[in-house]
Amino acid sequence: MPGWFTTGDPPALLGTRCASCGTYFFPREEALCRNPDCRGRQLDEVELSRRGRIWSYTDNRYQPPSPYVSADPFVPYGIAAVELADERMVVLGQLEPGADVTELRVGQEVELVLGPLYEDDDHEYLVWKWKVLA
Amino acid sequence: MSEVAVLGVGMHPWGKWGRNFVEYGVVAAEAALDDAGVAWRDIQYVAGADTIRNGYPGFIAGSTFAQALGWSGTRVGSCYAACASGAHAINMARAQILAGFCDVALVVGADTTPKGFFAPVGGERRDDPDWLRFHLLGATNPTYFALYARRRMEVYGATPADFARVKVKNSRHGLANPNARYRKEVSVDEVLASPVVADPLHLLEICATSDGAAAMVVSSMEYARRHGAPQPVRVAAVSTVTPTFPNAVIEMPNFATDSGAVSAPAERTFRDSIAAAAFEEAGIGPEDLDVAEVYDLSTALELDWYENIGLCKEGEAERLLNDGDTTLGGRIPINPSGGLACFGEAIPAQAIAQVCELTWQLRGEAHGRQVEGAGVGLSINQGLFGHGSSVIVKR
Repeated sequence: MPGWFTTGDPPALLGTRCASCGTYFFPREEALCRNPDCRGRQLDEVELSRRGRIWSYTDNRYQPPSPYVSADPFVPYGIAAVELADERMVVLGQLEPGADVTELRVGQEVELVLGPLYEDDDHEYLVWKWKVLA
Repeated sequence: MSEVAVLGVGMHPWGKWGRNFVEYGVVAAEAALDDAGVAWRDIQYVAGADTIRNGYPGFIAGSTFAQALGWSGTRVGSCYAACASGAHAINMARAQILAGFCDVALVVGADTTPKGFFAPVGGERRDDPDWLRFHLLGATNPTYFALYARRRMEVYGATPADFARVKVKNSRHGLANPNARYRKEVSVDEVLASPVVADPLHLLEICATSDGAAAMVVSSMEYARRHGAPQPVRVAAVSTVTPTFPNAVIEMPNFATDSGAVSAPAERTFRDSIAAAAFEEAGIGPEDLDVAEVYDLSTALELDWYENIGLCKEGEAERLLNDGDTTLGGRIPINPSGGLACFGEAIPAQAIAQVCELTWQLRGEAHGRQVEGAGVGLSINQGLFGHGSSVIVKR
């Protein structure tokens, strides 16, 4: 998904920020500011905070339906809702593979990484994931 | 006076047969017409709640049902608001009556559903949050329910047994409901022994997807009097509010909240505001409720709803449940119908079914699951993409 995250080291999620009021948006708003008190039409690309704190977490034990592309056989994986302090928003993401849901706690600090979403014959597709910091 | 009368209600049982949704809708519509003692030809407006997984006929449900019942020239409208569709259809019919454009209207919602998870509508749509949350994250509906459940555990000390007890309560309530799909009492142990779908929620804690249909005949108070129904159940409020920016609670199908970086926090959370708008319109408060039907998509979500409708403070819902307050016979029975725990979800029909149950309760016709002396009831749910849904009925 071009424009959703940088692939540098370290990676970051890419959102946009309204040039008039400063509100952040992820996923990106390109044309409209959704702050009801602002009619901003200029939204600038911005890297979001790379670290945040877990707001909540879970794991998927059953294979999600298409358009999710699962490995075969399906391996359960974690999902976390992470609060970004500066942006004051919560962003969902898969947890890094191998993360143990029983070890997680609300409030734990996590960091953005990239990992495989799925592969086809041409390409390995990446997506953002959250890595728990020790 | 901004109340309308409920002259009739009717439902097709919930189940899983894979038949055409229109068949179910007609059964419910005819049951509601018979219950009202109103002929199909006398209906002046049909409000259809749409289904989006059944092709074109589902997108214009009002006319689909009007055609199935037999073209009569009636005025028609259709609406879609995800799980809130039924309440929005009730609101459409109510507004036509209160504006004086018609005296008596039929509201219908029906669905036939696939097995398993609700998947997004087919096709590749990279601008559609509902498509993206599956493609990028595999965030199913249970994923979100589980996130909320985990919060209750870590913030309020809720336990898996607390959540399981919601299912146990509802399974007992549903035993006496002929329209319920699941009529079997379960125990806490059975619930917790069922496989985990998304930690910490087990299979028996997450509602199924079902076929079903519900319908209502609503009219002006004047029509009700002329029709020989001097003391009908009345719709006193319908809340269809949207969230206030910034919506700070992560919600289906989004994978991020609004940013609160520059805006003042909303006065209330979205779910709290749905109930507040209904109470304000009806001129009552939570202390006036005798019974409520809340959208138990998962066990833990029912507990969230207790707090959202103001029955108790944040964090106290488990105590209300465990004290028996929300069980039949208790102070404020919740989901005497058995809830989605016993029905599963038939999206456009569900909010209408909630009001059908409240109507039977207020009439004293909820045999085997009656809330004694019920005079004021509330239904509540929310639809994806910011659709509030709450109806208050009085007698």
